[in-house]
Amino acid sequence: MDSFYKNKIARAWWWKIIAIVCLVYTCYYGFIGEVPAMVVLHETIRNLYFHVTMWMAMMLLMLVNAIYSIKYLSSLNRYHDIVAEESGKMAMVFAAAGLITGMVWANYTWGAPWTNDPQLNGTAATILMYAAYFILRNAIPDENKKAKIASVYAIFAFVMMFVFIMVIPKMYNSLHPGKGGNPGFNKYDLDSNMRMVFYPAVIGWCLLGTWLMSLNVRIRRIKEITEEN
Amino acid sequence: MSFSRKVAQLVLLEARLEWKNKQSITALLIYSLASIFVTYLAFQQTIDLTTWNSLFWLIMLFASTNAIAKSFLQDSKGLQLYYYSMLSPKQLILAKIIYNLLLLSGLSLVNFFIFQLIFPIEINEIAQYLLSILLGSIGLSTVLTMVAGIVSKANNNAALLAILGFPLLFPLLSIIIQCSMNAINGFDWMVNQQLFIVLISLNLITILLSYLLFPYLWRE
Repeated sequence: MDSFYKNKIARAWWWKIIAIVCLVYTCYYGFIGEVPAMVVLHETIRNLYFHVTMWMAMMLLMLVNAIYSIKYLSSLNRYHDIVAEESGKMAMVFAAAGLITGMVWANYTWGAPWTNDPQLNGTAATILMYAAYFILRNAIPDENKKAKIASVYAIFAFVMMFVFIMVIPKMYNSLHPGKGGNPGFNKYDLDSNMRMVFYPAVIGWCLLGTWLMSLNVRIRRIKEITEEN
Repeated sequence: MSFSRKVAQLVLLEARLEWKNKQSITALLIYSLASIFVTYLAFQQTIDLTTWNSLFWLIMLFASTNAIAKSFLQDSKGLQLYYYSMLSPKQLILAKIIYNLLLLSGLSLVNFFIFQLIFPIEINEIAQYLLSILLGSIGLSTVLTMVAGIVSKANNNAALLAILGFPLLFPLLSIIIQCSMNAINGFDWMVNQQLFIVLISLNLITILLSYLLFPYLWRE
């Protein structure tokens, strides 16, 4: 178990520098940089750098949660469960951040913070699923039992979440830009100015999420050591 | 004994246990009767097609949560030990799913007829509606049986089944309500075909997941 805490990549500093540089760059050029003038969206298109990229970081963390749950079931190594739990927590933080940025944006673009949009419903369901995951964790006192049962639920929830977010919205028209005939980001992704900010933003938020998650995992380790002694 | 025969025997055993103790199945029927009657009183017979359909599925959701909540609860410690020594967990989960599927299909048909009796509406594509009821029962029984298995390991807290199960059922319910609404409106098979295919594949995924994941719960 100890070997994982000595994980070289988690302790390396270079990718944390990249995260900081990318995010500073995103925040600067996200507000200052040129964006194409579009109907409906106008300047709110800048939300692409924050809202969409936070969702991507959330999806990454949920994927980590699912992968480490599978790993836990096959190895029964407690470290895997700790990573799964912490990535789930971070995913909730990014879900909240993505939701808030999205709601502020929707309030000005669609005229209401919440609409009956398949993607919004999917998001609400996802947040409820992961909230249920933590309720389940808290309901079981025994550590090993908790880890096992929570892993099973996490895998089940991830597949359902994937269906709800990725498959079902494709079947209905969405209000989201680029769907159901709305003016979208898709063609403007080709706009090289926006692309220059969008890709670093994705990298930056994903790395930030991973960084925070790995810090939490290490804090758990320190707590364990202090409790042992 | 072969795998499928053992599963079939277990399904029969479950049914026999249920039949022996009729009070739980009667309670289930009265539960759905009472909730249908409450909606009848609340809506005073003025009800449009969309509301009819949504109410039907909502009552199905609550009734099936109630029906499946006990599917692992009622097994005594002794019976669980017996299962543990005689069966593989895969056989157990398949048997439970099949039994709950039969129970829910029966329940949903009964609910459907009572609903039709109290709020008579015309359903244009009855075959499509029955198919969506069947697929809905499969989905509800699989997801809820698996979650009931999870809950049975977590102190058997009854509220936990709803908290854990409902979010997992959102995708299923949103498709099934769309699908059955199309059937009420009498859309052509071609229109609904895509939704049915999605439903069937969703059901297959959930069955496969429960089949693969349940052994990890059981071994604990």
